[in-house]
Amino acid sequence: MVLKSKDLLGLKDLTAEEIEHILDTAKAMKYVITSNNKRTPHLQGKSIVTLFYENSTRTRLSFELASKYMSASSANINSSASSVAKGESLIDTGKTIDMMGTDVIIIRHPQSGAPHLLAKHVKASVINAGDGMNEHPTQALLDMFTIREKKGTLRGLKVAIIGDIYHSRVARSNIWGLTRMGAEVSLAGPATLLPPKMEMLGVKIYSTVHEALINADVIISLRMQLERQKKALFPSIREYSRFFGLDENRLRLAKKDVLIMHPGPINRGVELTSAVADHEHSVINEQVTNGVAVRMALLYLLTRRGINETAD
Amino acid sequence: MKLLIKNGYIIDVKTGIDGIYDLLVDDDRIAGISKDMDPEGCEIIDAGGKYVLPGLVDAHCHLRDPGFEYKEDIESGTRSAAMGGFTSVACMPNTNPVTDNESVVKYILNKAKREGYVNVYPIGAITKGLKGEELAEIGELKFAGAVAVSDDGNPVKSSSLMKKAMQYASMFDIAVISHCEDTDLAEDGVMNEGFTSTMLGLKGIPAAAEETMVARELILSEYLDIPIHIAHVSTALSVELIRNAKKRGVKVTCETCPHYFSLTDEACMGYDTNAKVNPPLRTDKDVQAVIEGIADDTIDIIATDHAPHHIDEKRVEFSLAASGMVGFETALPLVVTKLVRPGIITMRKLVEKMSLNPAKLLGISKGTLEPGSTADITIVDINAKFTVDPEKFESKSKNSPFAGFELYGQAWGTIVNGKPVVSENILL
Repeated sequence: MVLKSKDLLGLKDLTAEEIEHILDTAKAMKYVITSNNKRTPHLQGKSIVTLFYENSTRTRLSFELASKYMSASSANINSSASSVAKGESLIDTGKTIDMMGTDVIIIRHPQSGAPHLLAKHVKASVINAGDGMNEHPTQALLDMFTIREKKGTLRGLKVAIIGDIYHSRVARSNIWGLTRMGAEVSLAGPATLLPPKMEMLGVKIYSTVHEALINADVIISLRMQLERQKKALFPSIREYSRFFGLDENRLRLAKKDVLIMHPGPINRGVELTSAVADHEHSVINEQVTNGVAVRMALLYLLTRRGINETAD
Repeated sequence: MKLLIKNGYIIDVKTGIDGIYDLLVDDDRIAGISKDMDPEGCEIIDAGGKYVLPGLVDAHCHLRDPGFEYKEDIESGTRSAAMGGFTSVACMPNTNPVTDNESVVKYILNKAKREGYVNVYPIGAITKGLKGEELAEIGELKFAGAVAVSDDGNPVKSSSLMKKAMQYASMFDIAVISHCEDTDLAEDGVMNEGFTSTMLGLKGIPAAAEETMVARELILSEYLDIPIHIAHVSTALSVELIRNAKKRGVKVTCETCPHYFSLTDEACMGYDTNAKVNPPLRTDKDVQAVIEGIADDTIDIIATDHAPHHIDEKRVEFSLAASGMVGFETALPLVVTKLVRPGIITMRKLVEKMSLNPAKLLGISKGTLEPGSTADITIVDINAKFTVDPEKFESKSKNSPFAGFELYGQAWGTIVNGKPVVSENILL
């Protein structure tokens, strides 16, 4: 099977079969990460560039290691260190990278839709590593990979996503992906941080964290960005934590074997207590490992397009 | 020079003429309208099967001159207007320098006289520099030739200043045109707030950002008993608020633009920056309400809000793209295709909303074919179909969301001050 598009811009555009295929491929890749010799020839001769217009530690490192584990040539562009700082347009920057023979461009950008614009103007495959409030598809894929690994399936699972849904590209990608894979998604967060008309996507929206947590199989807690408070979206971290923070008491509302997830970095004591973050059901650290596996799978699948296509 | 337009279906609201007649132009004036005229020594235009209308008047456009000539200038903008069937256009003051003083008004008028293909009427600023702080010299603007005042692009945020602007402008009998947008509510939104903005992960501008300020203007107008004109109405509640105010006798007039009855926010899907405009494209419910507002005369005027932008300002990330779309060359066809042909409005109403009413708002003696008036005439075949191709626009800018649309009723002929400027869909 081959991915239909040359790019991975969002889970909004993927079919359930494509998601399944990526997750299956990631399963194979995970062996590489956990083996002694972390080197495969899958991307030998391929050139991968990460183009990050926003700070990132784990996503960027995860992509870089994924490229290196599979023998690609990789390079990084920092927006502040390049001609971007001189006011070069995204399309011009993209074309420059393209013309150097790059096979895959991995972009993170503060504006929603920036990867889509780039993808239209370059021959290289574009992977969205987070665009504005829109999508962060590789994060959602690694979340789904983690859930599937622990629970065997996504279908029929009750997944609660808690926090600042409005600004969260992680939440959006998870909503697209999880609903497509047959999971039941419920959301809870301050009313000022819920996007309008989200219910039209087939998710349930609750104004109390309790309702969303009841019988949850999975909880995805989102990072609360402190600067939102300054914009009067909620009154204080203290109040947020009191009404939406996850502690051991609230955890009891969920199923006994609930998975606790967080895309990181965590504000301990804000969106979840340390006891919850380090709970035996927390898979926050495993998510990080799975992130590399999922990104390896994607790089492999996207660079394989055009080869053996007729065989499928 | 005499010009005879034969066999056209003439509609003139002011004189009530409505039927197939010949129309004689003598020099720059309408000389007469009657059946079977046959004077000697005339250039003849056969308008059989076509409508002959008073030249269209656009109450709201941006010619970008002075200051942004890379987007448009008076020459290219008026060429584009002529191709769209407009014989007079009123251009907004968000130029550089801002049209907030006599000298910029005179610059525009002089340049239009030299290079313009159609009549150009500058609109002056309400406040100095469009900053919303101090009143511009509205009296001097008026005497220099400005036909209205507006801070278009920006709202006049201060209610107190808006009250004073209305009072002060009324002294000079000049229309005040309000761009209604509560910028606090709109925040850093880039499209309509709703399902589509959620789908695209883009920040939304709530309909309420327009409606709260429409309500404010209506209340001020009613309180002061001074007229107000609301620019580019785009939401269902704005239409309803204005409808109610009119019933109470408030001296309000308003306009909408073709994109607000032709497109919804779904046009932004795929991050199409050509669909980025302010106020933003709304929902289907709003489109229906705008159409009803046009049909029941709540909405008096259809203006273009022609807003040219360079391709480099549109071929960028959606949030960073400039707001606005070109409109001269698609406005008449959209009105014909979306409103006239489906029977929502008659051709007579089209003349009211695209010629007579805008002329009234601006206080200019246009919008009629009455003998003796200037010969500004638009000829249109509402059964002629064409495909919109922005690359063929006369405008310098090509930022139209209507590329590829199949429409009817492109202007077939445009006559300005007795001189044919467009004939058989071709600029002369």
